[in-house]
Amino acid sequence: MRPVRLPRRWLLASLAVLLAAVLLGLTVGPAGLPLRGVLTEIVDLVPGVDLAGGLDDRQAAVLWQLRAPRVVLGLLVGAMLAIAGAGYQGVFRNPLADPYLLGVAAGAGLGATFAIVSGGSRLLLPLAAFTGGVLGVAATYALGRGVGGRSTNSLILAGVAVAAFLTAVQTFVNQRNTDSLREVYGWILGRLLTAGWGEVLTVLPYVAVSAAVLLAHRRLLDVLSVGPDEAGTLGVPAARVRLVVVLAATLGTAAAVSVSGLIGFVGIVVPHIVRMLAGSSYRIVLPLAALVGATFLVVADLVARTVVSPGELPVGVVTAFVGAPFFTLVLRSARRTW
Amino acid sequence: MAAALPLVLVACGDDDGDATASGGDSPSAASDPSDPSEGGDEAAFPVTIDTANGPVEITEQPEQIVSLSATATEMLFAIGAGDSVVAADSYSNYPAEAPTTDLSGFEPNVEAIVGYAPDLVIASSDPGDLVSSLAEVGVPAVILAPAVTIDDTYTQLEQLGAVTGQVGDAAELVGQMQTDIDALLAQVPADAAPATYYHELDPNLFTVTSATFIGELYAMAGWTNIADEAPDAAGGYPQLSPEFLVTANPDVVFFADGGAGGVVAEDIAARPGWDQIAAVQQDRIVEVDPDIASRWGPRVVDFLRLVIEERTALASVQ
Repeated sequence: MRPVRLPRRWLLASLAVLLAAVLLGLTVGPAGLPLRGVLTEIVDLVPGVDLAGGLDDRQAAVLWQLRAPRVVLGLLVGAMLAIAGAGYQGVFRNPLADPYLLGVAAGAGLGATFAIVSGGSRLLLPLAAFTGGVLGVAATYALGRGVGGRSTNSLILAGVAVAAFLTAVQTFVNQRNTDSLREVYGWILGRLLTAGWGEVLTVLPYVAVSAAVLLAHRRLLDVLSVGPDEAGTLGVPAARVRLVVVLAATLGTAAAVSVSGLIGFVGIVVPHIVRMLAGSSYRIVLPLAALVGATFLVVADLVARTVVSPGELPVGVVTAFVGAPFFTLVLRSARRTW
Repeated sequence: MAAALPLVLVACGDDDGDATASGGDSPSAASDPSDPSEGGDEAAFPVTIDTANGPVEITEQPEQIVSLSATATEMLFAIGAGDSVVAADSYSNYPAEAPTTDLSGFEPNVEAIVGYAPDLVIASSDPGDLVSSLAEVGVPAVILAPAVTIDDTYTQLEQLGAVTGQVGDAAELVGQMQTDIDALLAQVPADAAPATYYHELDPNLFTVTSATFIGELYAMAGWTNIADEAPDAAGGYPQLSPEFLVTANPDVVFFADGGAGGVVAEDIAARPGWDQIAAVQQDRIVEVDPDIASRWGPRVVDFLRLVIEERTALASVQ
C-alpha cells in the first residue's frame, strides 16, 4: 500500500472554515447581540486578557448559556454524524451507507416517541432515544447475520426491514397520541434547540471515544476497501474491524441523535464531498469529514435560528434543503466515481 | 310554531349575501328573542344553520348526538343539551358527566361513529371526508371550526342552541359570558404599565401570537405578546428561539405544558440563561390548564379570569 497522508492544505483550509463558522455562529443570532460586545467577550476568554464592558448580564447569559453551547453541540453532532457516515461507508463498501442505515435512526425515533408520549420527565428522552438506537442496530445485526451470513448487503437489507417495522410502530404510537404529535415531529426533524451545556456534556464522552476509535481505524479501513478476502491475505481481520467500526459509529450516532433529534443528510453528504474534493483514502476522508461535518452543522443551525427569526426552523430541514442541491452540484462537477 | 319557522329560515337565508362563511349573521336566528313562547324551543325545527362546511339542515330535534370535539362537548353541556349527547371523543374530559369514548375527531372512524346511531354529529374539522361519509348514511354533521375570536365562540354556542333546540339557554349563556367578561375587563387598571408575556405550548418553545384565539384573550386582558415580533410565524403558532426569548425578557411566563406535559415551574426557572428573565426573577411562572387554554368553549371566562388576576397583580407592584 502506498502511504497516504492528509494534505496539509486541506487540513488548514478546513480548520480555517470551521473557525470562521464558529465565530459567525457566536456573533449572529435572533437576540441581536452587539457585535463589538460579543467579540470583547470572546477575547476576554483568552487567559491573561481581562477586558471590561462586553455585554450586560442578560446578553452574556444569552451568549454563554444559550448560543455558545448550541454552537459547540453543532460541532460535536456534525462531526460525529459525518465521521460515522464515512465509517459505515468504509466497512460496508457501500456509498449509500450512513448513520441512519441499520435501524439507528428508526430505533432512536421510536425510543424518543415513547419517552414523549409517556409524558415523563424530558430528561429521559436522550436515554430512551439512545436505548432505541442501540436496540435497532442489535435487531438489524441479528437479523442480517441470521439471513445472510457475512454479506454486507444482507445487513443493509435487514436494516431497511428493521427501520420500516420500527417506523410503522412509531406511526401507530403517534396516531394514538395526537396531542404530542407536534413535539415528536419537531424532534424527528432534528433540533439543537434546547441545547445547554448539559447536552454538550452528555454527548461529549461518547463522541470523543467513538471518533477516536474511528480515526484509529482509518488505515485498516483503507485496507478493507480492497475487499475482505484481500484484506485477510494482508493480515487484517476484516470481520473484527467491521464489528468495531460499526459499534463505534453506532454508539456515537445514537449519542448524537439522542440530544439533537434526527438530523439527516450530514452522514452521507459530507464524506462524499470530502472524497470528491480531497481523495478517497480513509486517512484523508475521516479527519476531514469530521471538520467539514462540524462546519456544515454549525452553519446549518445558524440558518435554522436566523432565517425565520425570532422563530426557529428544524435544523434537519436546513441540512437537507441546503445539502441536497450542493451535493448535486459537487457530484456534477467532480464526475469522479466512488 | 308556524311563526317561528319562517323566522329561522329567513335569518339563515342571508348566507349568500354579505355574511361570512363562518355564519357571522346567521345565529341571529338563534339569539333572536322575538319569539315570546320560550317553552317552544322545539318549534325551531327544521332548522338550517350556516357552518364551515356549508348550510346544514336539521329536520328534527336531535336525541342522539355524537361530539367529536372537546369544545363542542363543553358547549353542549353548558347549554343544557348534554342529555342528548350519547358519545363524545377521547379528548372530551369535561364536564365529568360527558360520555367520553375512544372515538377520535382527528382520525374519525365512520363505522364506529355510526355505531352510536347518531342523528347529529358535531366536530371541529372534517378530516378524511367525515362529513360526506356521514351524509352517505343520512347523518347530518356540523363542523364548528376552532374559533378565531371570542365572537366565534358566541356564534357557535348560538348555532348549537339552534340545532339542539336550546335556543333560550344558549342565548342566556352567551349573555352571561359577555356580562362576566365585561366585569373582568373592568378590573384591569386603565393606567397599568405595559406588561409582556410568553405562553408556552411545549418545552420546545412553541407559543402563540396575538393572532390566535388564546392570544386575543391575553390582548383583551391588556397583555403584550413577545411572540408578535415573529413575522407571520406558523399561522400564529411559532417556535421561538431561546436566545430571543431571554432577550425579550417577558414579565410573566404562562405555561400550558404542565400536568401530563411534564413541565413544572422549577424546570422553566432552571433552563439555561432563563434566570435573567424578569418572570423567573420575580417568580411569575404561572401554570394554565392546557384544556381550557386550547378550547374555545364557555370556560374561556375562567381563563380570562386567571390572566386578568395576573395582570392586576402585576400592575399593583409596577
